[in-house]
Amino acid sequence: MKRFRLNQQEIVFAVFAALFLVFSILLKGFLTADNMLTLLQNVAVLGILGLAMAIVVIGRGIDLSLIATLAVPAGLVLQMVQNGHSLPASLLAASLLSVAIGLVNGWLIAYAEVPPLFATLASGLFIAGLGQAALFQLDVVQWSDGMAGFERLGQGSILGIPTAIVMFAIACVVVFILLRFTRWGAYIYAVGDNPFAARVTGIPSRPIIVLQYVLAALIGCFAGLVMAASVNSMPTRVFNSTLIYDVILVVVLGGIGLSGGRGGVVNVIIGTLLIGTMLNGMTILDVPYAGQNLIKGIVLLIAVITDTFLNPRNEETAQQGDI
Amino acid sequence: MVRVHRFALGTIAALTFASAAVPALAQQGLDEPFQKTFREALAGKTVAYVPVAMNFDLTEGWYAGLKKELEPYGVKFEIRDPNWNTNAGAQAVTSLISEKPAVMVIHNPDVQTYAKLLQRAENEGIYVIQINMGSAYRSSAFVGANWIEIGERQTEGVVKACEGKSNKIAIIQGALSAAASAYTLKGVENILAKHPEIKVVSSQAADWDAAKAKAITQTVLKQNPDLCGIVGFWDGMDIGTAAAVKEAGLTGKVFLATSGGGERKGACELVKNGSFDLDMSYDVPTQAAQMAGTIKWLLSSGVKPGSVKGSEYTTLIPITKENADSQTTCWNLSDLKK
Repeated sequence: MKRFRLNQQEIVFAVFAALFLVFSILLKGFLTADNMLTLLQNVAVLGILGLAMAIVVIGRGIDLSLIATLAVPAGLVLQMVQNGHSLPASLLAASLLSVAIGLVNGWLIAYAEVPPLFATLASGLFIAGLGQAALFQLDVVQWSDGMAGFERLGQGSILGIPTAIVMFAIACVVVFILLRFTRWGAYIYAVGDNPFAARVTGIPSRPIIVLQYVLAALIGCFAGLVMAASVNSMPTRVFNSTLIYDVILVVVLGGIGLSGGRGGVVNVIIGTLLIGTMLNGMTILDVPYAGQNLIKGIVLLIAVITDTFLNPRNEETAQQGDI
Repeated sequence: MVRVHRFALGTIAALTFASAAVPALAQQGLDEPFQKTFREALAGKTVAYVPVAMNFDLTEGWYAGLKKELEPYGVKFEIRDPNWNTNAGAQAVTSLISEKPAVMVIHNPDVQTYAKLLQRAENEGIYVIQINMGSAYRSSAFVGANWIEIGERQTEGVVKACEGKSNKIAIIQGALSAAASAYTLKGVENILAKHPEIKVVSSQAADWDAAKAKAITQTVLKQNPDLCGIVGFWDGMDIGTAAAVKEAGLTGKVFLATSGGGERKGACELVKNGSFDLDMSYDVPTQAAQMAGTIKWLLSSGVKPGSVKGSEYTTLIPITKENADSQTTCWNLSDLKK
């Protein structure tokens, strides 16, 4: 007989559904189409970053330099345009910088075999420092006239849906297709599930690892551009914030195990929705800041504890690299 | 006749004497008795500068302004950039105390962390000037904005704009740990106490983060589309607040008051394009000039550090559509650095 069991993804979805229900009943103005769009819009950038992190985590890695790749290339675009370069040239420079960051990360991890935690921690610091020391005049890079029109990437709406949500949706579709329908996607799962088996079966595991980090950096750069467009500036100091924890949270909470090889785009969407619902409900309730952290912490703990109770770990289920 | 002759002679003699004496005086010049000691008091002295971080308009502006004023007198600058890390800042101040600069210019991250250290510094004979963010210890001089006044004047603007409207306002605070944010909030409360008709529908901290401010404002505006005003705590963060107002199509309908250092791109330009309705500026170049003046006075006076204590609150410049076009309302960091 098959025992009834929820996996983490379903638990988080249940928590999300419960929260959503409670807010819908108790909060006037929560369950309106307008507010739903705002909710999604507010977590769109987080969601896009979640996708980038998901690709790396599925491949049994982690990318702590993601926030730096969000801030620095996007900031570079704004700074270059401010200094009089053309927008296309600036975008090209930013993409090249992102690819370079991804290649260096990937090379360090795949070929130099530095653990991803340390490699990306160091490279993130390096990129942020490079931005501060060499690229930007000020931490907050302001919008300039040369950027006119580009703000539509993060502001306004397409067919009534805020553009940031559309961007998140596009990113979701692209990553979904990549992971599910391409050979590279299948290889990423294989490398994440068991790197040694993957290598033995002839999968080019090292280039696949490099690919993961390049993709993550490019998606991070894209998220940065959406963010900059949405607030009309690039606060590059975001590197010093706790955003990276939120991104990891979205991924892990959504049910993508840090041990790799599991999960997909749906998990990122669920994790993003849960965080979005919590933030939106608490803002409507006007919960003080300290209270918000408390509630966030409690909800997350409940999700994690429930998972541990329903799916206890043992020698069979635990994997090497489990955190 | 004789008398007249004598008078004429006397006049001629006097004129001759004068004409001989005047050029002689002009050639010799007069020594101004105090400038030499002033120059000696400044030459070779070290001013150490510990902001909360470099790379943003306020701290870059203060540094550039101080350098411009003091470097020509042979004052040396030392800069310690803790990059938003309070512990690193405390270490920097501690190590500076043993290096004994003549003056320390301190930008406090909060009220408590550096307080004891600054007292120790003055006991050791170092003048301490606190800029914009004071600590619990009152040192030789505080130069900076009066946050309570900023909160009051912003709120007055918002309350006035709300007359005859919904009277619903929102408050976007900075970081909870920052005293500047808490003081500003006190100013807001002072005015709201006088206006019971005003209803605060949301008062949230956005951590000085534009993206967070935008998210909060979007949600608040969806719940209260008839909102008539927002009190924001920093223009660098309220770019996000303004973006949310603009996206909701409410620019001009929601009065957005904020404050900042008055750098052109971050203040005047944004008032001009309608993002902000009021930006209370604590004009950074003026603050830098006041600090430089205080440093000159302290060094040349020879008073014992810690024996005199005073404050120089910055006279605020309210930036609105009327004066945002003026060349003198805002300043350019690039010009100040020249």
